[in-house]
Amino acid sequence: MTDAAITVDDVGKRFRIYHERNQSVKAAVMRRGRATYEDFWALRNVSLEIPTGSTFGLIGKNGSGKSTLLKCIAKILRPDEGSISSVGKMAALLELGSGFHPELSGRENIFLNGSILGLSKSTLAAKFDEIVDFAGLEQFIDTPVKNYSSGMYVKLGFSVAINVDPDVLLVDEVLAVGDSSFQRKCLEKFAEFRRAGKTVVIVSHDSGSMKNMCDEVAWLEKGVVTRTGSPVDIVEEYEDDSHEERIESTDGSTRWGSGEAIIEKMELIGADGTVRNRFRCGEQVTIRMHYRFDQPIDKPVFGYAIESLDGVYLWAHHSKHGQYVPDQLDGRGTVDLVLPRLALQPGTFDLTSSIVDNQLTHQYDFWKHVLRFDVEHAGHVESGGYVSLNGRWGNLQPAAGQMPTLHLG
Amino acid sequence: MSVVSELSASRELLANLTQRELKGKYKGSVLGWGWSLLNPLATMVVFSFVFSFVLRVPVTVGERTGIKVFALWLLCGLLVWNLISNGMTAGIASLTANDNLIKKVWFPRETLVLSTVFALVVTLGIELVVLSVALAFYGNVVLLWLPIVLLLVLLLTLFVTGLALALSVANVYFRDLQYLVSIGLQIWFYATPVIYPSSLVKAQQATQVLGVSIWTLYQLNPAFTFVEAFRDCLYDERVPSVGRFAYLVVWSLGTLVVGYVVFRRYEGRLAEEL
Repeated sequence: MTDAAITVDDVGKRFRIYHERNQSVKAAVMRRGRATYEDFWALRNVSLEIPTGSTFGLIGKNGSGKSTLLKCIAKILRPDEGSISSVGKMAALLELGSGFHPELSGRENIFLNGSILGLSKSTLAAKFDEIVDFAGLEQFIDTPVKNYSSGMYVKLGFSVAINVDPDVLLVDEVLAVGDSSFQRKCLEKFAEFRRAGKTVVIVSHDSGSMKNMCDEVAWLEKGVVTRTGSPVDIVEEYEDDSHEERIESTDGSTRWGSGEAIIEKMELIGADGTVRNRFRCGEQVTIRMHYRFDQPIDKPVFGYAIESLDGVYLWAHHSKHGQYVPDQLDGRGTVDLVLPRLALQPGTFDLTSSIVDNQLTHQYDFWKHVLRFDVEHAGHVESGGYVSLNGRWGNLQPAAGQMPTLHLG
Repeated sequence: MSVVSELSASRELLANLTQRELKGKYKGSVLGWGWSLLNPLATMVVFSFVFSFVLRVPVTVGERTGIKVFALWLLCGLLVWNLISNGMTAGIASLTANDNLIKKVWFPRETLVLSTVFALVVTLGIELVVLSVALAFYGNVVLLWLPIVLLLVLLLTLFVTGLALALSVANVYFRDLQYLVSIGLQIWFYATPVIYPSSLVKAQQATQVLGVSIWTLYQLNPAFTFVEAFRDCLYDERVPSVGRFAYLVVWSLGTLVVGYVVFRRYEGRLAEEL
């Protein structure tokens, strides 16, 4: 194919896992040159064609070979089998600022790092202001980089790398750098890049952003490409698959309170009445709290909150707003909150639960991240974000039949 | 030739990396670049005291110039030796010291080795200028010999580059090689007429090792020829013999080719072996 930016043809990459390694002349002489090792194929029979101008994602678990493949494409590793060819200038964002010399100033390092990435001095001089401006480090540009904070270091590294203006950009999980305003700048630059028709290859665990950004996705498992295709299908399947193997842990939970009332247990109950940690999108879910009051308490309030795995506060509700406040409680019991439709997109979420006083100021028991639960697909697919609003397309005007150039489907 | 075109494509990188070596080395120190001169000066003072004053090594008289200064005679050889010695010690570590770069970015790997050697050559250049000024006080007009000195520096650079290329890549696979090399360098230092005139060895040419005159064996050492050729130009102000030149050309190109081939053969797996 002529329009492929990168052609990966039956590539295999073998690593040696050494049992006894002759990493010294002494050892090599003593063992007469025999190092014992096992071959480990990090990649095998991988063939891909990445079209020019597309954004291509590589997903897979840790150790699936996706980073190895990216390094092979970047020419850092040399494949043992097969071949990789690419068209145009390539830049890899593998680790930012890796070529910086601590004693040299930011200015000197921009020129040094830029030339390692293949930029000429004149191009760098022309882009210098843009690079410094993008990193937001005008003030510190003549300071040795050893005095930079780690955030500044990474910002400068990203700024140099992204301004290399390559035809092919390889990205390994480095888009989440710096503070949130810098991250937004990065994503904008990135979008600009894609609009300009450049080819991008991304490796990531973050399935949400992969779904939004990629045109095509390949799923790697144990060094083999198991599937390639549209990001929606593959990322969803990947997400569902990775939930299966997750080990349940509530280690992330924290708890505090004065202790007059205690949350003994939390349960999530599905539409069929079973206690579960996994629900379909849109399913009816009941949140049940088992409480214990060690002394009579007037007008206690129960509250819940849901956060996404990355810490975004999505929802909260307490029984005072729900106008469900008993006059007084004592001893053991349960209380239910019914959510008729779990309007969350597929993903993993944390539930926080609390018992507080009627003024909502004193906490008897506050249990952060008491439960973790998963939401799975249920037919209707929405494209991104956290909430599922059950959107439906329709009412195309003028009607499809009258516009022969428009194809739906 | 692909080798040449690749190198010319990365010449700016090479220049930048060389600058990094030079700038980074003495940055933050009070004397800065002064250190690069202070080191050979200190060695010169110590060696002059020990070998000229205490041990009474005979001071060679410049053949055509009549110059008779042990310190200057010593420096003519010492600076050459320093490039060989420092080039090997710094060159051998040039890949292992930059492992973070090799594992994260693709660029022609030999530029790391070359820039290390080139930075030392630049330092040698400065030292030679200072030495020339000192020689001028004693009437040696070194400027006239500049073309030949430059040619010798070029050959020396090729020689050291070849050694550094092969050693740097070998050091990735065998990390204790640097220690072996430092032992080897000590032996090599005394086998080269840096602190004593070669005439002392020539005087004993009747001594034989395995049926060959020790003087013949002694002259095989390429460092011997380099040191003698530099002294010819700088101290004695005479043109080194054609034989000497031919010998150096063969050694320089031979070492460079062997070093380059070894480097190419093993550079592919650098990122995973580091």
